[in-house]
Amino acid sequence: MPPKKKAAAKPNVSAEELLGHYREMLLIRRFEEKAGQLYGMGLIGGFCHLYIGQEAVVVGLEAAAEEGDKRVTSYRDHGHMLACGMDPKGIMAELTGREGGFSKGKGGSMHMFSKEKHFYGGHGIVAAQVPLGAGLAFADKYKGNDRVTFTYFGDGAANQGQVYETYNMAELWDLPVVFVIENNQYAMGTSVKRSTKSPSLWERGAAYGIPGEEVDGMNVLAVKEAGERAVAHCRAGKGPYILEVKTYRYRGHSMSDPAKYRTREEVQKMRDERDPIEQVREMLLTGKHASEDDLKAIDKEIKAIVNEAAEFSKESPEPALEELWTDIYAEVEA
Amino acid sequence: MATEILMPALSPTMEEGTLARWLVKEGDTVSSGDIMAEIETDKATMEFEAVDEGIVGKIVVAEGTEGVKVNNVIAILVEEGEDVPAEGASSAPAAASTGGTAAPTSAPATAAAAPAAPAADATPDWDADVELKPTTVREALRDAMAEEMRRDEDVFLMGEEVAEYQGAYKISQGLLDEFGAKRVIDTPITEHGFAGIGTGAAFGGLKPIVEFMTFNFAMQAIDHIINSAAKTLYMSGGQMGAPMVFRGPNGAAARVGAQHSQDYAAWYMQIPGLKVVMPYSAADAKGLMKTAIRDPNPVIFLENEILYGKSFDVPVVDDFTIPFGKAKIERAGDDVTIVSFGIGMTYALAAAEKLAEDGINAEVINLRTLRPMDTETILVSVRKTNRCVTVEEGWPQGSVGNYISSMIMQQAFDYLDAPVINCTGKDVPMPYAANLEKHALVTTDEVVDACKQVTYR
Repeated sequence: MPPKKKAAAKPNVSAEELLGHYREMLLIRRFEEKAGQLYGMGLIGGFCHLYIGQEAVVVGLEAAAEEGDKRVTSYRDHGHMLACGMDPKGIMAELTGREGGFSKGKGGSMHMFSKEKHFYGGHGIVAAQVPLGAGLAFADKYKGNDRVTFTYFGDGAANQGQVYETYNMAELWDLPVVFVIENNQYAMGTSVKRSTKSPSLWERGAAYGIPGEEVDGMNVLAVKEAGERAVAHCRAGKGPYILEVKTYRYRGHSMSDPAKYRTREEVQKMRDERDPIEQVREMLLTGKHASEDDLKAIDKEIKAIVNEAAEFSKESPEPALEELWTDIYAEVEA
Repeated sequence: MATEILMPALSPTMEEGTLARWLVKEGDTVSSGDIMAEIETDKATMEFEAVDEGIVGKIVVAEGTEGVKVNNVIAILVEEGEDVPAEGASSAPAAASTGGTAAPTSAPATAAAAPAAPAADATPDWDADVELKPTTVREALRDAMAEEMRRDEDVFLMGEEVAEYQGAYKISQGLLDEFGAKRVIDTPITEHGFAGIGTGAAFGGLKPIVEFMTFNFAMQAIDHIINSAAKTLYMSGGQMGAPMVFRGPNGAAARVGAQHSQDYAAWYMQIPGLKVVMPYSAADAKGLMKTAIRDPNPVIFLENEILYGKSFDVPVVDDFTIPFGKAKIERAGDDVTIVSFGIGMTYALAAAEKLAEDGINAEVINLRTLRPMDTETILVSVRKTNRCVTVEEGWPQGSVGNYISSMIMQQAFDYLDAPVINCTGKDVPMPYAANLEKHALVTTDEVVDACKQVTYR
């Protein structure tokens, strides 16, 4: 088993990169807050799973990705889409079920895709995305390129059998896939402690010969650094790698979550002491990479992007009724 | 600028709720994420967080108020030094737009869901002067896969024992030698996992052929077949789908008991996004397998172990394909239409032979593809014979025959001189004992009897 590596105390990161991470994490946070608001107004329906608190995970890992790398995740997917560069307008309009959404309104919060950004969903069955992600990696290996697939799943999904079926084949076939366990400590309302006796989820990979490590998921720089190690392993043709990213979701599992399985104090403590955005804000200010005014300007800029997305999502028309009958089958080429 | 705080919808079904408790009071400063109130919904008591920053200027709805409608103003946030706007002066609460609540004005009423098949096309599968070669279904399937793998580098075969063992039923015999281990891949015994990996590879641009040692084992994988492969094109608004084939033997073999004998034709036929093929002859198997591999959609290819060793004429031509949605009239007749597919055809054709001895001329239709289904060929025949019997080995409730019966009733009711009869397997798990197994399956005698019944003989 490889030793657990700690993020360097003084990370080597430019002010520009740090500001970029700040901006991207803030975009996710503000976008999700707005989505929660639109849900409250009845503009978004059904299930809506917010990513607030987990922003550093996707932003850190996207910083370790290169063009052509792929990503696939579960139904808590808004953050992943924003982090890989999908247009906030198209995401929000999908949430409101409108024609301008990434799936023309037919997918919803849980089911969005972007061929252009190599984002392969948006899957609603817990852990189903795990073999799908390994399959995407299989395709890259088959084609002989050195692209990597980031396959995200939660601590809840980590107990599904198909994860271990996939680990076995991914290692057997040396597939270039980074398994990212977003351990936010609660599978809906069940804490990790109440669902498994094995304290470490990444160590389960050892049974299949897959290396991995635990990562501080509230620290974007630690995530990025671990992501780079994982990607280097995959690109070198050494097979899969597991990152168990310890993170925390501030909001409920979905919108209708009474949150009785944890205390308000626990959530507040996380927000006060570990918040991923506040951490970067601190670094920017203490390192004198940005002033309060600079950060206020970024806040304003992000707010404008999110408001624009919200406006678009309200104004975009509902899909035409004919859309009910399209995209069921791909056309057979003559 | 003042911000109105609206009664939130906290569940997909909530229309109103009780404002149980305020956790802030007028004059308090709140920031995003602070808990403002507790709200009782139809499901639970939930905490309601602030989204915007500001000062609580006014609490509009007092705590303890029941039946507060979603989207009513419950409080007003103001900025430092700002007055609370006078009642009524503020903009009306944003009514939920058409998005959330309005029912679609009109939706196409009847389901035209299954892909439309072209009008009845009776052209033969090959020209009369073509050379024919006796071929087993097993060889035909192997030849079809080999031809398509030669034609397209992105096609590969994966499954249990497909490579070194040469296939549990020898369908992939010789493929490893010709195409190598990169394209003919032995998997561990892990149907759920490799069906998912195969589907992911299809999303990634390859054209997998996923072999199940039998479709009974595909029940472990059915989530990926349906939720991942069949639905993704729709869920992605047409951006990406799964061009792939799931294939393997389906239905009863001989004496293998309840867990290895199920016919899944009716199950898969129900799923929009899938195409479903169930060949009878070697020519069907070859021509349809080539079409399946080229199709940009997920195709379920239901083979049959008993048919694998049966020999049929296959045309010797360079690139023999059979289009989906084109049934074949295997035997022409005027008195009764027998519709079947896959191994059901053996009972249908045997029954037609027997009926002929009694002077009843049955027309026997081999459907070949169940989705899309060539309903036009069935209807043309039924309008001629005025009677129909369907034959399959699967169970009776929700059978393929049930669907055909309802289709005929809706589209050719006036032509029917007798109720359509569905000959199916019995409504029991498959027994092991030889005599019981024989009775559990549909029998030729039952098909003969049904045809006599609808022709009133």
